[in-house]
Amino acid sequence: MSVPHVLLALLSEGPKYGLQLREEFEAGTGEVWPLNVGQVYKTLGRLERDGLAESDDTGPEGPQKRYRITDAGQLALAGWLRTPPDLTSPPRDELLMKVLVAARVPGTDAHEVIQAHRVYLLELMQQWTRLKEGEARDDLSLALVVDAELFRLDAVIRWLDAAEVRLERAAAEPPRPASVPVPAPQLRRLGARR
Amino acid sequence: MSQAGPDGDSGNAVSVLELRGVSKAYGQEPAAVHALAGVDLSVRAGEMVAVMGPSGSGKSTLLTIAGSLEDADSGEVLVCGMAVAGMTRGRRARLRRRVIGYVFQDFNLLPGLTAAENAALPLELDGVPVPKARVAGLAALEALGVAHRAGWFPDQLSGGERQRVAIARAVVGDRRLLLADEPSGALDSVNAGEVMRLLHEACQRGAAAVVVTHDARLAAWADRIVLLRDGRMTGHTTRPPGPESLLTPGQAR
Repeated sequence: MSVPHVLLALLSEGPKYGLQLREEFEAGTGEVWPLNVGQVYKTLGRLERDGLAESDDTGPEGPQKRYRITDAGQLALAGWLRTPPDLTSPPRDELLMKVLVAARVPGTDAHEVIQAHRVYLLELMQQWTRLKEGEARDDLSLALVVDAELFRLDAVIRWLDAAEVRLERAAAEPPRPASVPVPAPQLRRLGARR
Repeated sequence: MSQAGPDGDSGNAVSVLELRGVSKAYGQEPAAVHALAGVDLSVRAGEMVAVMGPSGSGKSTLLTIAGSLEDADSGEVLVCGMAVAGMTRGRRARLRRRVIGYVFQDFNLLPGLTAAENAALPLELDGVPVPKARVAGLAALEALGVAHRAGWFPDQLSGGERQRVAIARAVVGDRRLLLADEPSGALDSVNAGEVMRLLHEACQRGAAAVVVTHDARLAAWADRIVLLRDGRMTGHTTRPPGPESLLTPGQAR
Protein backbone atom coordinates (compact mmCIF):
# COMPACT_ATOMS: atom_id res chain seq x y z
CA MET A 1 0.00 0.00 0.00
CA SER A 2 2.43 2.67 1.14
CA VAL A 3 5.61 0.72 0.35
CA PRO A 4 6.13 2.29 -3.13
CA HIS A 5 5.86 5.78 -1.71
CA VAL A 6 8.17 5.08 1.21
CA LEU A 7 10.74 3.79 -1.32
CA LEU A 8 10.24 6.95 -3.39
CA ALA A 9 10.80 9.02 -0.23
CA LEU A 10 14.08 7.19 0.41
CA LEU A 11 15.12 7.72 -3.22
CA SER A 12 14.32 11.42 -2.94
CA GLU A 13 17.39 11.65 -0.70
CA GLY A 14 19.62 10.38 -3.53
CA PRO A 15 20.26 7.27 -5.69
CA LYS A 16 20.27 3.99 -3.76
CA TYR A 17 20.68 0.22 -4.17
CA GLY A 18 17.88 -2.24 -3.54
CA LEU A 19 19.42 -3.79 -0.43
CA GLN A 20 20.14 -0.37 0.97
CA LEU A 21 16.50 0.62 0.38
CA ARG A 22 15.29 -2.38 2.30
CA GLU A 23 17.55 -1.61 5.25
CA GLU A 24 16.54 2.02 5.28
CA PHE A 25 12.86 1.15 4.95
CA GLU A 26 13.00 -1.03 8.04
CA ALA A 27 15.09 1.47 10.02
CA GLY A 28 12.86 4.35 8.94
CA THR A 29 9.70 2.64 10.13
CA GLY A 30 11.08 1.67 13.51
CA GLU A 31 11.78 -1.89 12.28
CA VAL A 32 8.19 -2.72 13.10
CA TRP A 33 7.26 -3.69 9.55
CA PRO A 34 9.68 -6.15 8.04
CA LEU A 35 10.08 -6.02 4.27
CA ASN A 36 11.61 -8.83 2.22
CA VAL A 37 14.05 -8.12 -0.52
CA GLY A 38 11.86 -9.66 -3.22
CA GLN A 39 9.15 -7.17 -2.34
CA VAL A 40 11.66 -4.35 -2.71
CA TYR A 41 12.72 -5.40 -6.20
CA LYS A 42 9.18 -6.08 -7.31
CA THR A 43 8.13 -2.61 -6.17
CA LEU A 44 11.18 -0.98 -7.78
CA GLY A 45 10.33 -2.75 -11.04
CA ARG A 46 6.83 -1.32 -10.90
CA LEU A 47 8.08 2.18 -10.09
CA GLU A 48 10.44 1.95 -13.07
CA ARG A 49 7.65 0.73 -15.34
CA ASP A 50 5.46 3.67 -14.28
CA GLY A 51 8.27 6.15 -14.84
CA LEU A 52 8.50 7.14 -11.17
CA ALA A 53 12.02 5.80 -10.71
CA GLU A 54 14.86 4.79 -13.02
CA SER A 55 17.91 2.58 -12.72
CA ASP A 56 21.43 2.71 -14.11
CA ASP A 57 21.26 1.14 -17.55
CA THR A 58 24.81 -0.13 -17.27
CA GLY A 59 24.45 -2.34 -14.20
CA PRO A 60 23.21 -5.93 -14.42
CA GLU A 61 19.92 -7.00 -12.84
CA GLY A 62 20.03 -7.55 -9.09
CA PRO A 63 21.83 -6.02 -6.15
CA GLN A 64 24.27 -3.96 -8.23
CA LYS A 65 21.52 -1.89 -9.75
CA ARG A 66 21.18 1.66 -8.46
CA TYR A 67 17.86 3.49 -8.54
CA ARG A 68 16.98 7.16 -8.59
CA ILE A 69 13.72 9.06 -8.44
CA THR A 70 12.37 10.82 -11.55
CA ASP A 71 10.57 14.18 -11.71
CA ALA A 72 7.30 12.31 -12.10
CA GLY A 73 8.27 10.31 -8.99
CA GLN A 74 8.87 13.52 -7.03
CA LEU A 75 5.42 14.76 -8.04
CA ALA A 76 3.75 11.47 -7.16
CA LEU A 77 5.46 11.49 -3.77
CA ALA A 78 4.44 15.08 -3.00
CA GLY A 79 0.85 14.26 -3.98
CA TRP A 80 0.75 11.11 -1.86
CA LEU A 81 2.06 12.91 1.23
CA ARG A 82 -0.76 15.43 1.07
CA THR A 83 -3.60 13.05 0.22
CA PRO A 84 -5.39 11.91 3.39
CA PRO A 85 -5.91 8.14 3.53
CA ASP A 86 -9.50 6.95 3.25
CA LEU A 87 -10.85 6.75 6.78
CA THR A 88 -14.51 7.38 5.97
CA SER A 89 -15.91 3.95 6.73
CA PRO A 90 -15.31 2.44 10.17
CA PRO A 91 -13.22 -0.72 10.07
CA ARG A 92 -15.04 -3.93 10.94
CA ASP A 93 -13.48 -4.19 14.34
CA GLU A 94 -13.47 -7.59 16.00
CA LEU A 95 -13.38 -6.20 19.52
CA LEU A 96 -16.33 -3.92 18.79
CA MET A 97 -18.27 -6.93 17.52
CA LYS A 98 -17.45 -8.95 20.63
CA VAL A 99 -18.74 -6.26 22.97
CA LEU A 100 -21.86 -5.67 20.87
CA VAL A 101 -22.56 -9.38 20.88
CA ALA A 102 -21.69 -9.87 24.56
CA ALA A 103 -24.55 -7.60 25.49
CA ARG A 104 -27.02 -9.96 23.79
CA VAL A 105 -25.74 -13.43 24.60
CA PRO A 106 -27.84 -14.75 27.51
CA GLY A 107 -25.85 -15.51 30.63
CA THR A 108 -22.86 -13.44 29.51
CA ASP A 109 -21.48 -10.85 31.88
CA ALA A 110 -20.52 -7.96 29.62
CA HIS A 111 -18.31 -6.48 32.35
CA GLU A 112 -16.29 -9.63 32.48
CA VAL A 113 -15.89 -9.63 28.70
CA ILE A 114 -14.84 -5.98 28.73
CA GLN A 115 -12.44 -6.53 31.60
CA ALA A 116 -10.64 -9.37 29.82
CA HIS A 117 -10.05 -7.16 26.80
CA ARG A 118 -9.03 -4.21 28.96
CA VAL A 119 -6.36 -6.21 30.80
CA TYR A 120 -4.99 -7.57 27.54
CA LEU A 121 -4.83 -4.10 25.99
CA LEU A 122 -3.07 -2.70 29.06
CA GLU A 123 -0.49 -5.47 28.89
CA LEU A 124 0.14 -4.63 25.25
CA MET A 125 0.53 -0.97 26.19
CA GLN A 126 3.03 -1.92 28.88
CA GLN A 127 5.09 -3.80 26.31
CA TRP A 128 5.08 -0.89 23.87
CA THR A 129 6.01 1.45 26.71
CA ARG A 130 9.01 -0.75 27.61
CA LEU A 131 10.10 -0.38 24.02
CA LYS A 132 9.70 3.37 24.31
CA GLU A 133 11.70 3.37 27.51
CA GLY A 134 14.53 1.42 25.92
CA GLU A 135 15.30 1.35 22.22
CA ALA A 136 12.93 4.09 21.15
CA ARG A 137 14.78 6.69 23.22
CA ASP A 138 17.35 7.21 20.49
CA ASP A 139 15.27 6.16 17.53
CA LEU A 140 12.87 8.84 16.35
CA SER A 141 11.07 6.60 13.85
CA LEU A 142 10.47 3.91 16.42
CA ALA A 143 9.32 6.51 18.98
CA LEU A 144 6.74 7.78 16.49
CA VAL A 145 5.52 4.28 15.67
CA VAL A 146 5.28 3.38 19.36
CA ASP A 147 3.35 6.57 20.15
CA ALA A 148 0.88 5.83 17.35
CA GLU A 149 0.31 2.34 18.72
CA LEU A 150 -0.08 3.59 22.29
CA PHE A 151 -2.61 6.23 21.28
CA ARG A 152 -4.54 3.65 19.27
CA LEU A 153 -4.66 1.14 22.13
CA ASP A 154 -5.53 3.93 24.57
CA ALA A 155 -8.47 4.90 22.38
CA VAL A 156 -9.74 1.32 22.44
CA ILE A 157 -9.50 1.22 26.25
CA ARG A 158 -11.39 4.50 26.51
CA TRP A 159 -14.05 3.13 24.25
CA LEU A 160 -14.32 0.05 26.51
CA ASP A 161 -14.72 2.36 29.53
CA ALA A 162 -17.49 4.27 27.78
CA ALA A 163 -19.14 1.06 26.59
CA GLU A 164 -19.16 -0.26 30.15
CA VAL A 165 -20.90 2.87 31.42
CA ARG A 166 -23.44 2.74 28.60
CA LEU A 167 -24.25 -0.91 29.20
CA GLU A 168 -24.63 -0.23 32.91
CA ARG A 169 -27.02 2.63 32.30
CA ALA A 170 -29.01 0.64 29.79
CA ALA A 171 -29.35 -2.20 32.30
CA ALA A 172 -30.55 0.23 34.99
CA GLU A 173 -33.14 1.88 32.76
CA PRO A 174 -36.53 0.33 32.27
CA PRO A 175 -36.76 -1.28 28.83
CA ARG A 176 -38.19 0.98 26.18
CA PRO A 177 -41.69 0.25 24.99
CA ALA A 178 -41.39 -1.78 21.84
CA SER A 179 -44.07 0.32 20.16
CA VAL A 180 -41.77 3.30 19.66
CA PRO A 181 -40.55 2.89 16.10
CA VAL A 182 -37.12 4.06 15.04
CA PRO A 183 -37.58 6.44 12.11
CA ALA A 184 -36.71 4.32 9.13
CA PRO A 185 -35.51 6.98 6.66
CA GLN A 186 -32.83 8.15 9.08
CA LEU A 187 -31.53 4.63 9.49
CA ARG A 188 -31.30 4.13 5.76
CA ARG A 189 -29.34 7.31 5.32
CA LEU A 190 -26.89 6.24 8.01
CA GLY A 191 -26.42 2.90 6.35
CA ALA A 192 -25.77 4.48 3.00
CA ARG A 193 -22.96 6.60 4.35
CA ARG A 194 -21.07 3.60 5.56
CA MET B 1 -5.77 -12.09 43.95
CA SER B 2 -2.35 -13.52 43.38
CA GLN B 3 -0.36 -10.62 44.81
CA ALA B 4 -2.37 -10.84 47.99
CA GLY B 5 -0.47 -13.62 49.73
CA PRO B 6 1.26 -12.46 52.92
CA ASP B 7 4.55 -13.77 51.60
CA GLY B 8 3.95 -12.37 48.15
CA ASP B 9 5.46 -14.13 45.18
CA SER B 10 8.78 -12.45 45.68
CA GLY B 11 10.63 -15.09 47.66
CA ASN B 12 12.35 -13.58 50.66
CA ALA B 13 11.94 -9.90 49.78
CA VAL B 14 9.80 -7.91 52.21
CA SER B 15 7.13 -5.82 50.56
CA VAL B 16 7.71 -2.11 50.88
CA LEU B 17 3.97 -1.64 50.98
CA GLU B 18 1.43 -4.23 51.91
CA LEU B 19 -2.31 -3.80 52.19
CA ARG B 20 -4.26 -6.75 53.56
CA GLY B 21 -8.00 -6.71 53.35
CA VAL B 22 -8.16 -2.95 53.65
CA SER B 23 -11.64 -1.42 53.83
CA LYS B 24 -12.69 2.16 54.27
CA ALA B 25 -16.11 3.76 54.34
CA TYR B 26 -17.12 7.37 54.70
CA GLY B 27 -20.30 8.47 56.45
CA GLN B 28 -22.77 6.49 58.54
CA GLU B 29 -24.65 3.37 57.55
CA PRO B 30 -26.95 2.94 55.76
CA ALA B 31 -25.79 5.92 53.67
CA ALA B 32 -22.09 5.09 53.98
CA VAL B 33 -19.92 5.21 50.91
CA HIS B 34 -17.57 2.26 50.72
CA ALA B 35 -14.44 3.73 49.23
CA LEU B 36 -12.42 0.54 49.64
CA ALA B 37 -13.70 -2.96 50.24
CA GLY B 38 -11.20 -5.67 51.14
CA VAL B 39 -8.26 -4.49 49.06
CA ASP B 40 -5.07 -6.56 49.00
CA LEU B 41 -1.97 -5.11 47.44
CA SER B 42 1.70 -5.83 47.84
CA VAL B 43 4.44 -3.73 46.28
CA ARG B 44 8.06 -4.86 46.36
CA ALA B 45 11.23 -2.80 46.25
CA GLY B 46 12.04 -1.93 42.66
CA GLU B 47 8.46 -2.32 41.54
CA MET B 48 6.16 0.32 40.15
CA VAL B 49 2.45 -0.35 40.44
CA ALA B 50 -0.20 1.75 38.75
CA VAL B 51 -3.71 1.87 40.18
CA MET B 52 -6.35 2.60 37.56
CA GLY B 53 -10.04 3.08 37.84
CA PRO B 54 -12.86 5.49 37.12
CA SER B 55 -13.37 8.47 39.41
CA GLY B 56 -14.92 7.37 42.67
CA SER B 57 -13.36 3.92 42.43
CA GLY B 58 -11.29 4.46 45.57
CA LYS B 59 -7.92 5.19 43.96
CA SER B 60 -7.13 8.28 45.99
CA THR B 61 -8.36 6.71 49.23
CA LEU B 62 -6.00 3.81 48.60
CA LEU B 63 -3.14 6.27 48.30
CA THR B 64 -3.94 8.28 51.43
CA ILE B 65 -4.22 5.05 53.43
CA ALA B 66 -0.96 3.73 51.95
CA GLY B 67 0.67 7.02 52.92
CA SER B 68 -0.68 6.66 56.48
CA LEU B 69 -2.53 9.95 56.15
CA GLU B 70 -5.75 8.14 56.91
CA ASP B 71 -6.61 4.98 58.81
CA ALA B 72 -8.31 1.97 57.34
CA ASP B 73 -11.56 0.86 59.01
CA SER B 74 -10.37 -2.70 58.85
CA GLY B 75 -7.48 -4.65 57.45
CA GLU B 76 -3.76 -4.09 57.79
CA VAL B 77 -1.33 -1.61 56.30
CA LEU B 78 2.37 -2.45 56.50
CA VAL B 79 5.13 -0.15 55.33
CA CYS B 80 8.53 -1.85 55.15
CA GLY B 81 7.07 -4.66 57.22
CA MET B 82 5.83 -2.39 60.02
CA ALA B 83 2.15 -2.18 60.84
CA VAL B 84 1.02 1.42 60.63
CA ALA B 85 -2.01 0.93 62.87
CA GLY B 86 0.01 0.37 66.03
CA MET B 87 2.22 3.42 65.59
CA THR B 88 2.08 6.55 67.71
CA ARG B 89 1.40 9.83 65.95
CA GLY B 90 5.06 10.74 66.21
CA ARG B 91 6.30 7.50 64.71
CA ARG B 92 3.80 7.74 61.97
CA ALA B 93 4.88 11.29 61.12
CA ARG B 94 8.49 10.12 61.05
CA LEU B 95 7.55 7.29 58.71
CA ARG B 96 5.90 9.79 56.40
CA ARG B 97 8.93 12.07 56.44
CA ARG B 98 11.63 9.44 56.10
CA VAL B 99 10.27 6.54 54.15
CA ILE B 100 7.51 7.93 51.98
CA GLY B 101 7.93 10.42 49.16
CA TYR B 102 5.02 12.20 47.54
CA VAL B 103 4.81 13.49 44.01
CA PHE B 104 2.17 16.15 43.65
CA GLN B 105 0.18 17.02 40.58
CA ASP B 106 1.57 20.52 40.24
CA PHE B 107 4.99 19.70 41.73
CA ASN B 108 4.71 22.37 44.46
CA LEU B 109 8.28 23.65 44.42
CA LEU B 110 8.81 26.55 46.81
CA PRO B 111 9.65 29.62 44.71
CA GLY B 112 11.99 31.24 47.24
CA LEU B 113 14.27 28.21 47.48
CA THR B 114 16.87 26.97 45.01
CA ALA B 115 16.58 23.56 43.39
CA ALA B 116 19.04 22.14 45.93
CA GLU B 117 17.16 23.68 48.85
CA ASN B 118 13.86 22.38 47.53
CA ALA B 119 15.29 18.89 47.16
CA ALA B 120 16.81 18.93 50.66
CA LEU B 121 13.73 20.41 52.33
CA PRO B 122 12.04 17.18 53.51
CA LEU B 123 15.25 16.16 55.30
CA GLU B 124 15.71 19.56 56.90
CA LEU B 125 12.12 19.50 58.13
CA ASP B 126 12.90 16.12 59.59
CA GLY B 127 15.72 17.63 61.64
CA VAL B 128 18.64 16.38 59.57
CA PRO B 129 21.54 18.84 59.97
CA VAL B 130 21.63 21.28 57.07
CA PRO B 131 25.01 20.26 55.57
CA LYS B 132 24.02 16.61 55.58
CA ALA B 133 20.62 17.39 54.08
CA ARG B 134 22.28 19.45 51.34
CA VAL B 135 24.57 16.59 50.40
CA ALA B 136 21.60 14.25 50.12
CA GLY B 137 19.67 16.87 48.14
CA LEU B 138 22.52 17.23 45.68
CA ALA B 139 22.79 13.47 45.31
CA ALA B 140 19.09 13.31 44.46
CA LEU B 141 19.44 16.11 41.90
CA GLU B 142 22.42 14.27 40.45
CA ALA B 143 20.43 11.04 40.08
CA LEU B 144 17.79 12.95 38.15
CA GLY B 145 20.30 14.72 35.91
CA VAL B 146 19.71 18.25 37.22
CA ALA B 147 22.72 18.74 39.53
CA HIS B 148 23.89 21.57 37.25
CA ARG B 149 20.75 23.50 38.23
CA ALA B 150 21.32 23.17 41.98
CA GLY B 151 21.63 26.93 42.56
CA TRP B 152 18.76 27.94 40.31
CA PHE B 153 15.31 29.04 41.46
CA PRO B 154 12.16 27.31 40.21
CA ASP B 155 11.18 30.21 37.94
CA GLN B 156 14.56 29.94 36.20
CA LEU B 157 14.01 26.27 35.40
CA SER B 158 12.26 24.75 32.41
CA GLY B 159 9.11 22.70 32.99
CA GLY B 160 11.05 19.47 32.52
CA GLU B 161 13.69 20.55 35.02
CA ARG B 162 11.03 21.46 37.59
CA GLN B 163 9.59 17.95 37.22
CA ARG B 164 13.00 16.48 37.89
CA VAL B 165 13.58 18.63 40.96
CA ALA B 166 10.16 17.67 42.31
CA ILE B 167 10.92 13.99 41.87
CA ALA B 168 14.36 14.50 43.43
CA ARG B 169 12.59 15.99 46.45
CA ALA B 170 10.29 12.98 46.63
CA VAL B 171 13.14 10.45 46.60
CA VAL B 172 15.67 12.44 48.67
CA GLY B 173 17.37 10.59 51.51
CA ASP B 174 16.64 7.22 49.98
CA ARG B 175 12.90 7.14 50.44
CA ARG B 176 11.67 3.68 49.75
CA LEU B 177 8.02 4.28 48.95
CA LEU B 178 6.92 6.81 46.36
CA LEU B 179 3.26 7.74 46.15
CA ALA B 180 1.90 9.74 43.26
CA ASP B 181 -1.66 10.85 42.55
CA GLU B 182 -2.10 11.76 38.87
CA PRO B 183 1.49 12.97 38.91
CA SER B 184 1.45 14.50 35.48
CA GLY B 185 -1.44 16.88 36.09
CA ALA B 186 -1.81 19.28 33.20
CA LEU B 187 1.37 18.30 31.37
CA ASP B 188 1.28 17.48 27.67
CA SER B 189 1.58 13.81 26.81
CA VAL B 190 5.32 13.84 26.06
CA ASN B 191 6.20 15.51 29.38
CA ALA B 192 3.69 13.39 31.28
CA GLY B 193 5.48 10.33 29.93
CA GLU B 194 8.75 11.83 31.09
CA VAL B 195 7.46 12.02 34.70
CA MET B 196 6.58 8.34 34.52
CA ARG B 197 9.97 7.51 33.03
CA LEU B 198 11.69 9.28 35.95
CA LEU B 199 9.54 7.51 38.53
CA HIS B 200 10.21 4.18 36.86
CA GLU B 201 13.95 4.90 36.91
CA ALA B 202 13.69 5.70 40.62
CA CYS B 203 12.15 2.25 41.07
CA GLN B 204 14.95 0.67 39.12
CA ARG B 205 17.31 2.26 41.66
CA GLY B 206 15.40 0.40 44.38
CA ALA B 207 12.32 2.39 45.37
CA ALA B 208 8.78 1.07 45.26
CA ALA B 209 6.09 3.27 43.75
CA VAL B 210 2.32 3.41 43.64
CA VAL B 211 0.94 5.70 40.99
CA VAL B 212 -2.74 6.48 40.79
CA THR B 213 -3.99 7.52 37.38
CA HIS B 214 -6.96 7.25 35.07
CA ASP B 215 -4.70 7.48 32.03
CA ALA B 216 -3.78 4.15 30.45
CA ARG B 217 -0.81 5.67 28.64
CA LEU B 218 0.72 6.65 31.98
CA ALA B 219 -0.25 3.45 33.77
CA ALA B 220 1.51 1.51 31.03
CA TRP B 221 4.86 2.63 32.45
CA ALA B 222 4.22 0.51 35.54
CA ASP B 223 5.43 -3.03 36.07
CA ARG B 224 1.94 -4.00 37.15
CA ILE B 225 -1.42 -2.32 36.71
CA VAL B 226 -4.23 -3.02 39.15
CA LEU B 227 -7.79 -2.09 38.31
CA LEU B 228 -10.08 -0.69 40.93
CA ARG B 229 -13.83 -0.40 40.67
CA ASP B 230 -16.26 0.53 43.41
CA GLY B 231 -13.52 0.06 45.98
CA ARG B 232 -12.66 -3.46 44.87
CA MET B 233 -9.81 -4.79 42.83
CA THR B 234 -11.33 -6.22 39.72
CA GLY B 235 -8.20 -7.29 37.90
CA HIS B 236 -4.53 -6.76 37.26
CA THR B 237 -1.99 -7.24 34.56
CA THR B 238 0.59 -9.94 34.99
CA ARG B 239 4.17 -8.81 34.68
CA PRO B 240 4.61 -8.13 30.98
CA PRO B 241 7.23 -9.99 28.98
CA GLY B 242 9.97 -7.95 27.33
CA PRO B 243 9.10 -5.80 24.35
CA GLU B 244 10.86 -8.24 22.00
CA SER B 245 7.67 -10.23 21.66
CA LEU B 246 6.08 -7.29 19.86
CA LEU B 247 8.66 -7.23 17.14
CA THR B 248 9.08 -10.86 16.22
CA PRO B 249 8.14 -11.00 12.55
CA GLY B 250 4.63 -12.15 11.87
CA GLN B 251 3.47 -11.50 15.39
CA ALA B 252 3.31 -7.72 15.25
CA ARG B 253 0.52 -7.58 12.75
